[in-house]
Amino acid sequence: MDSSIVISVNKLVKKFGNFVANDNLTFEVGSGEIFGFLGANGAGKTTAIRILCGLLEPTSGDIIVAGFNGYTQRDKIKANIGYMSQKFSLYEDLTVWENIRLFAGIYGVSRKLIQERANLLIENLGLEDYRNRPVADLPLGWKQKLAFSVAMIHKPTIIFLDEPTGGVDPITRRRFWEMIYEAADAGTTVFVTTHYMDEAEYCNRISIMVDGKIVALDTPSALKAEYNAESMDEVFVKLARNSQRV
Amino acid sequence: MKRSNNSIWGFIRKEFFHIFRDKKTLLLIFGLPVAQLLLFGFVVTNEIKDAKIAVFDQSKDYLSLQLVNKLVSSGYFILSDNLSNASQIDEVLKAGKAQLVVSIQPNFAAEFQKQGVASVQLNADASEPNTASILTAYASAIISDFAAENSGMPQQTLVSVQSRMLYNPDLKSVFMFVPGTMALILMLITAMMTSISIAREKEMGTMEVLLVSPLKPWQIVLGKVFPYIGLGFANALLIIILGYFVFMLPMRGSMVLLLLVTLLFIILALSLGILISTVSKTQQVAMFLSMFALLLPTILLSGFIFPIENMPVPLQWLSLIMPPRWFISALKTIMIKGEGLAFVYKEILVMLGMTIAFLSLSIKKFKIRL
Repeated sequence: MDSSIVISVNKLVKKFGNFVANDNLTFEVGSGEIFGFLGANGAGKTTAIRILCGLLEPTSGDIIVAGFNGYTQRDKIKANIGYMSQKFSLYEDLTVWENIRLFAGIYGVSRKLIQERANLLIENLGLEDYRNRPVADLPLGWKQKLAFSVAMIHKPTIIFLDEPTGGVDPITRRRFWEMIYEAADAGTTVFVTTHYMDEAEYCNRISIMVDGKIVALDTPSALKAEYNAESMDEVFVKLARNSQRV
Repeated sequence: MKRSNNSIWGFIRKEFFHIFRDKKTLLLIFGLPVAQLLLFGFVVTNEIKDAKIAVFDQSKDYLSLQLVNKLVSSGYFILSDNLSNASQIDEVLKAGKAQLVVSIQPNFAAEFQKQGVASVQLNADASEPNTASILTAYASAIISDFAAENSGMPQQTLVSVQSRMLYNPDLKSVFMFVPGTMALILMLITAMMTSISIAREKEMGTMEVLLVSPLKPWQIVLGKVFPYIGLGFANALLIIILGYFVFMLPMRGSMVLLLLVTLLFIILALSLGILISTVSKTQQVAMFLSMFALLLPTILLSGFIFPIENMPVPLQWLSLIMPPRWFISALKTIMIKGEGLAFVYKEILVMLGMTIAFLSLSIKKFKIRL
């Protein structure tokens, strides 16, 4: 296997009783890649992410995430990935510094390194004045950026972003994507789900899920050419229209 | 290993921050026990002390005066009125000037000495039935006592009943309310607070982040409940101290045993709280579940206020599965009767069993959720 592949999924199936949430998914994600994971609500995205994050055990298929087996080494997977969800996921009543220390501590970052990285992070985000203030005082855009930085505090191989820009204004979204690019440039693989099709264009490659299956997987420009569409929006609608579950 | 220890301590520290930064909750946690205990101790009481009585003495001889004196000097009654005619009986009761009226027949002393029989009538205000029956019982007891003393003859009845109220000779209701309040408060603080705080993490989305982290589910749960063990324990101490110094509750048994039983009950309440949180998605649901599943049964079915022996049999069975029942019973045995382990081992075993049952059920639920 190519050493630059960090996520390798082969014939992944996940069933809940008779319901097939993930039907024979096969894909690979390379190191430093920004991989867009698209699909309408109920298409099975969340289930797939939970499996990739080590939260769920697959029914069948081969899964390797960050070099670890998706059945037997789920704890190792957890330690080597970062995760940020659509819900804002820091503790509002803790200060910026306390949030950083808590999550870095949970991921086993040493005390000395926590100090160093926290200082750097606070400096980069320009949050010096907020260091000892509760996160609740921060404007939403900053909270989101802070949440992203905190999810990256242990320098994970892969970061999973589950609709990270939901409910955020366009300017903040743009800045957020700048941070995603920086992370990818530094070698972190970014696995992102989104409902914004303009964001899909920012990804290196995207997969589109319909009814538990991956129906398209390529670069945005190749997909637009294949489906004869002007934008990703058009591609998505053409594919998702045939869904049986919606 | 060291790494996982570090992360769990950080997690526990964070939980303390949550608690201590939420001033309202903190006030609730420590203000509530004091308020409840004082309320139950002073307000909710079924003891008779200084009940107002009126006397309609139609005889006014030396013997009837002695009887009235005996009633008043018992400490249970104070004389509020001397009535001069029968129509006033109704008046004073209706006006609430007296809760009980003692009417003594004319020629009381003469009849009593000549025939050995004289009559006294008791009229009580039964709009409060419990009080009325207790008042008449107390008054009758004093009156028959008086009759026996003054009959001059050897005791007419062959069997004389002498009752002694053991362990609580003054029949202080505080002895019941302090252990009950302790059970109530510990349930409230530990079970309700943990279930709410776990539900809060779910609601805020932070639970998801924790589950994706290398923390194991049991570490998350332990981190969430650990601070509440401490808080619950501090509360239990506060209640014991208040009970001891304010209500003169005896502490006859072993303090160590008492604290151990209390700790066990706290852990039991916590495991209930965890179970509740596994089935509730939001803080509101957790709160209502705690209210209905914990508070009401604690008050109604644990023997806290209503004696279990007086309940219909099915409810008595139901009370067997109420955790506070066993805790209250153990508390009373240790504090008031001063007994040791040999007399509370059953309670301890039952509570242990319940804890294990609730915990394994929660673990099962927790896994299904994942």
